[in-house]
Amino acid sequence: MSTCLQTIQDYALRSIGIGERLLPREGFTLCEQFTLIGSGMIWNVYFGVMALSIGFFLATGLAVAKGAQSRWIRKPAEWFIFVFRGSPLFIQFFFAYFLFLSLKSSYPAFGAFTAAWLGALIVLFLNTAAYSGEIFYGALRSIPKGDIEAADAYGMTGWPRFKRIIWPTMLRLAWPAYTNEAIFLFHATTLVFFSGFPAWQQRGDALYYASYFADKTFNPFIPYPILAVYFILVTLIIVGVFALIGKRLNRHLPAERHLRTRFRPNLMR
Amino acid sequence: MFSYCSDPDTLGTAAWFSCYLTTGVHMSFYLAFLKVLLLLAITAPVALGFGFLGAMAARSRIAPLRWLGKIYIAIVRGVPDIAFFLFFVIALDQAIEYVRHRVLCPDWDQPVRQGSDFVVCQAAKMPLGNAPQYIHEAYGFFLAVFTFAIVFGAFAANVLYGGMRAVPNAQLETAEAYGMTHRQTFWRILVPQMWVFALPGLSNLWMVLIKATPLLFLLGIEDVVYWARELGGTKTSKFTDYPHGDWRMWYFLFLLIFYLGFTRISELVLERLMKRLTRGQATAGGEAQRKAAA
Repeated sequence: MSTCLQTIQDYALRSIGIGERLLPREGFTLCEQFTLIGSGMIWNVYFGVMALSIGFFLATGLAVAKGAQSRWIRKPAEWFIFVFRGSPLFIQFFFAYFLFLSLKSSYPAFGAFTAAWLGALIVLFLNTAAYSGEIFYGALRSIPKGDIEAADAYGMTGWPRFKRIIWPTMLRLAWPAYTNEAIFLFHATTLVFFSGFPAWQQRGDALYYASYFADKTFNPFIPYPILAVYFILVTLIIVGVFALIGKRLNRHLPAERHLRTRFRPNLMR
Repeated sequence: MFSYCSDPDTLGTAAWFSCYLTTGVHMSFYLAFLKVLLLLAITAPVALGFGFLGAMAARSRIAPLRWLGKIYIAIVRGVPDIAFFLFFVIALDQAIEYVRHRVLCPDWDQPVRQGSDFVVCQAAKMPLGNAPQYIHEAYGFFLAVFTFAIVFGAFAANVLYGGMRAVPNAQLETAEAYGMTHRQTFWRILVPQMWVFALPGLSNLWMVLIKATPLLFLLGIEDVVYWARELGGTKTSKFTDYPHGDWRMWYFLFLLIFYLGFTRISELVLERLMKRLTRGQATAGGEAQRKAAA
């Protein structure tokens, strides 16, 4: 038990470079595998939370732009969404990494972009913005006509109408689909360290450590289920948090008209 | 490839590129695109079959079979797909070798797992150690295809199960009122009608499958990603007749465009298919088509 505490002290923050430098080499214990893979989850949570919270704003902008009358606003938004939804995230990571690499060779200022914490975050941010933008656009188009007419009747126009009527209704309608998007964004974060972005000093994410253990022990039956447990936990937390927000968005409606989240596992990138 | 390619240093830009893009390694690169298409061509029907079996099992009246179907659908939920890919390939490989080991070497007395090693007798190795290289590659590819089929079969099962449940109950009740058996109702009423409900999900799945093909790289197959990295890397004149700087960015840009075009074409084809399948259905889409024609 005390050795396990020692392991946790050594490796719990290994993925961000705090604690023991050398990874365990042999005689891997369950405790080591749980601790290191859990330590890698720090990166998954970092990428997921950051990309989602910044991407949310761009997604709102994209949805509004895609619904705009003017061609000059609509077309760029449509293309942006098409490019990021129509190509594999894996290839996007590779392309972005090599793009940043060649930029770095001409402008050293781009050095930080070749590191995962910034470069991969940018790709994930743009990617989730495109996916959520499409969701929000769909919701924007299904806002009940009566809601907008009522707003017009109250003399609301422009920004107040958007802020008080259109935007909250859009979020309410999009929320079930957006919950799924959040779940799959977290799953997509596991691709980062398999797609060019180097895990500097072996500071990787959960899947990086899980595959490290699977490679060393030739036994996939322990590390991958551990990873699965962690991801199911994250999924449950996301569902819980998003349900709370969804409840707030729906609070003016009687309970039976609340939109429920249906788990749709076909949203991968 | 062309006759003028013998001395590339003297060529102009266009001729240089025509030679560069037709070298032997580039042919392997183009072949890798065929690999992607082959993977899709095999995986899609097999996964659909798995999905159909899974959905049928999940609807079964025999409880253990139903649990099996539901578990199959549930395993892919909540866990990143790439973890499944990494897991299944090793697990399948070891399972096959373990079974062969049990059958072929019954008098082997040491344990298969020795510490962190997986040891089976020589005869149980898959493929055999002395097999030619292309067998090894074909076996790796087969494992990858099978892994894809299992994972996507589970997704398809989920979609088809939803499609089966979306068929209006009145249709099934009518069939029973006509005295059809369960089997007849299933094959004659439920299955023909479920496709229109399942198609949006299935077309989404097809897109996801296309976009999942680069993951072949992670399964150790020499696919488009592998070759793009190989060919794009900096080449000095010591090793090749066509020296160039780091072009990986351009190779991946090409891949990006390839995938964009592929998904766009699929989108258009699926749209037409949806129109065709909606014809005569008791749905809003079918009703709209009927009114437009009248």
